[in-house]
Amino acid sequence: MTQYLIILTGAVLVNNYVLAQFLGICPFLGVSKKLDSAVGMSIAVIFVMALATATTWPIYTYILVPSGLAWLQTIVFILIIAALVQFIEIVLKKYIPSLHAALGIYLPLITTNCAVLGVTILNLDEGYNFMESMVNSVGSGLGFLLAMVLFSGVRSRVDATDNIPKAYQGVAITLTAASICSLSFMGFTGIVDGLFK
Amino acid sequence: MSKQEQPKVNLWKVLTNGILKENPTLVLILGTCPTLATTTQAVNGIGMGIAAMVVLVCSNVMISALKKVIPDSVRIPCYIVVIASFVTLVQFIVQAYAPALDSALGVYLPLIVVNCIILGRAEMFANKNTVLASALDGVGMGIGFTLALTVMGTIREIIGNGTWMSGAEWLGIQNGLNLHWDNPITAFLMAPGGFLIFGFLIATVNHFTHGKVIKKKEFGCAGCPSAAACSAAQKGGAAE
Repeated sequence: MTQYLIILTGAVLVNNYVLAQFLGICPFLGVSKKLDSAVGMSIAVIFVMALATATTWPIYTYILVPSGLAWLQTIVFILIIAALVQFIEIVLKKYIPSLHAALGIYLPLITTNCAVLGVTILNLDEGYNFMESMVNSVGSGLGFLLAMVLFSGVRSRVDATDNIPKAYQGVAITLTAASICSLSFMGFTGIVDGLFK
Repeated sequence: MSKQEQPKVNLWKVLTNGILKENPTLVLILGTCPTLATTTQAVNGIGMGIAAMVVLVCSNVMISALKKVIPDSVRIPCYIVVIASFVTLVQFIVQAYAPALDSALGVYLPLIVVNCIILGRAEMFANKNTVLASALDGVGMGIGFTLALTVMGTIREIIGNGTWMSGAEWLGIQNGLNLHWDNPITAFLMAPGGFLIFGFLIATVNHFTHGKVIKKKEFGCAGCPSAAACSAAQKGGAAE
């Protein structure tokens, strides 16, 4: 049990995908303006990350590796993710229209989100087993949610300020704010050792 | 299918466009993840830039050559397959000839597949233009990307580690430069420094282009194929 908690804490706080590993920066900068869209996007990401890991891990371990095709990893994974996102969209539209109305616009964005492809590859690089991979994926998704929600608050304050230097307006000040957020997340370094060891 | 359908483009402009005027990283603000993640050392920035440039040129040429063959409705999956194939090739080459670079770039090497610059150029440029123009566009954008990453890597490496071009053996540079600083500011090698320097570089470009980047309506998603969905998401549809 402890090993799952270690992975979960590590994924949410220490190795936060956005603020420590630079995965999924595009949605972090693009969709964090409003709290509700930040939450919607993050929930869609958690959903797709978990399903993508649940699909790619068995395919890699039981099909690609035994047949000596592990080098096809990149192509196979991106195709699986693209197909999966399409499939989820169709299923949601048909059977759970209310959820589709909430998450539908975020789904096409996720195909080209490097956090999703990143988590499936990193799970295998780290040598996690199936359960550990699933915990890591959900944890990374939750970390993404945490970063998005925190940053949407920071951003609404930044956007409300009107004395930003001219050159810094727009993207530059947002990145600077992200830098300070990221600095505060560095405070979590070592929390895993402190809590569980 | 005659040649008159091709839009007339100035090839020199196509090449130089990506280097300065529409620099993919600093003006269009695309491909932010590899920009932030791989620029802890100048040499990693160069490596990432070159790897992405090779993929970009190859995929631009291939997609431009196949633009009459690929059906419009499934073009994005087709582009992804083409790009992923070239990324796999580049991965093999890097693993074979520059293993140090391979371990430095880590997961970001396969993640070139989802780099917005490459998919964006396929969608915006290569499927409308000739093979030659697309190749030049790839070279220009690739050089622009490499330059931005190198500048950023240089700043971060010098402030954060007090060295420059260390670990560049695969480029034929031995040892690089060591400034022998007593206390380099290590935070610049970590995530906060990445965000800070990237923001600083964009602000610098803003300053010298008199706010051209600011005037652009939103984040650089313009070149990204999912831009329409993204702007819908920004308006906040989740609460409906």
